[in-house]
Amino acid sequence: MHEMAIAQSVLDIAKQEGYRHGLRRISMIRLQVGALAAVVPDSLKFCFEMLSRDTIAAGAVLQIESVPVVARCSACRELFEVENHVFLCPQCDEPALELVSGRELSLTSIEGETGDSNDADENPSGAQHSAGQ
Amino acid sequence: MTQMKIPVVRNILQANDRLADANRKVFDGAGIFAINLMSSPGAGKTSLLEKTIDALAGRIKMAVIEGDLQSDFDAERIQRKGVQAVQINTEGGCHLDGNMIQMALEALELRDVELLVIENVGNLVCPAEFNLGEHEKVMILSVTEGHDKPLKYPLMFQLCSALLINKIDLLPYTDCDIDVIRSSARQLNANQAIFEISCRTGDGLPEWLDWLEAKVRSSRGK
Ligand SMILES: Nc1nc2c(ncn2[C@@H]2O[C@H](COP(=O)(O)OP(=O)(O)OP(=O)(O)O)[C@@H](O)[C@H]2O)c(=O)[nH]1
Ligand SMILES: [Mg+2]
Ligand SMILES: [Zn+2]
Repeated sequence: MHEMAIAQSVLDIAKQEGYRHGLRRISMIRLQVGALAAVVPDSLKFCFEMLSRDTIAAGAVLQIESVPVVARCSACRELFEVENHVFLCPQCDEPALELVSGRELSLTSIEGETGDSNDADENPSGAQHSAGQ
Repeated sequence: MTQMKIPVVRNILQANDRLADANRKVFDGAGIFAINLMSSPGAGKTSLLEKTIDALAGRIKMAVIEGDLQSDFDAERIQRKGVQAVQINTEGGCHLDGNMIQMALEALELRDVELLVIENVGNLVCPAEFNLGEHEKVMILSVTEGHDKPLKYPLMFQLCSALLINKIDLLPYTDCDIDVIRSSARQLNANQAIFEISCRTGDGLPEWLDWLEAKVRSSRGK
């Protein structure tokens, strides 16, 4: 499943940001995942757990916040929440002009411990080893 | 040792999106209209391509990128029609990504190509999340898969600008209700063009070919 590719990107970004900010361990990663995104949270967590072994993000908790699907009506231009996959304005029954939210796949923050001076050497510069994605 | 929270706000798929943008520049620079063709396994992607190649022969110059987990059967089917095709094997990967397309483009002679079709790995879920740089996403649903699929795989149906309902020659043998497909697809994406086709009998293909040809011509007119 593509959750593996997504988990790899999450890990790459978290490690990059962790090293940049001098973290020696990452304990929590917050994600926003749109309700329309084709991502199964449990599967993403499982893949992340496998990939993050032996990295500074080993054991980190993935906290996944779901973002509702919101669209703009092509007629009245009002925003409406898409429920049960109905992309039609509840007021005018006209189709959505654009999707305002619901496809998010973003990493919003990481949390961890900063290194003491005596383990500052744990921060290799080349944080990204799998740039290919 | 101190606990620290760092706000980041980064798109998880940004690496892929950057590659897709680069591919898009290659397409636009070469005057190529690119389509990402998706469906579940066996819905008829390669069959549709074979029919499309025959119909557009001498009118629109095509090239094809074939994505499959394994084998190069599909690229061979396209090459037998006299169209250049590159096979990508994902070796277990459930979707094509921007990087694979970038590599495949190096193996294609793009000069004079007007239409590039990328046949994605058979799968109704994962390919929807990965942009390849295409101008349009197009999907096939075959009637043997059942009419409940739009609401089970909403993202795919929401993103595709055209939906081809294939294998309508088999309708008498299934309980598939095309009106249900049409109404749930409309609810997901009211602007989607829908074609009822059979790659076996050729029914409905002229309407699809008109749509495709108009897209290619208008993108090249720009
Ligand atoms: N009866 C009937 N069979 C069809 C039709 N279109 C395709 N098929 C058959 O369906 C099978 C799968 O067709 P393909 O074109 O290989 O499907 P695909 O989507 O490219 O398959 P993958 O690349 O393996 O995912 C073949 O045996 C085709 O002959 C149709 O309109 N009617
Ligand atoms: Mg095929
Ligand atoms: Zn409205």
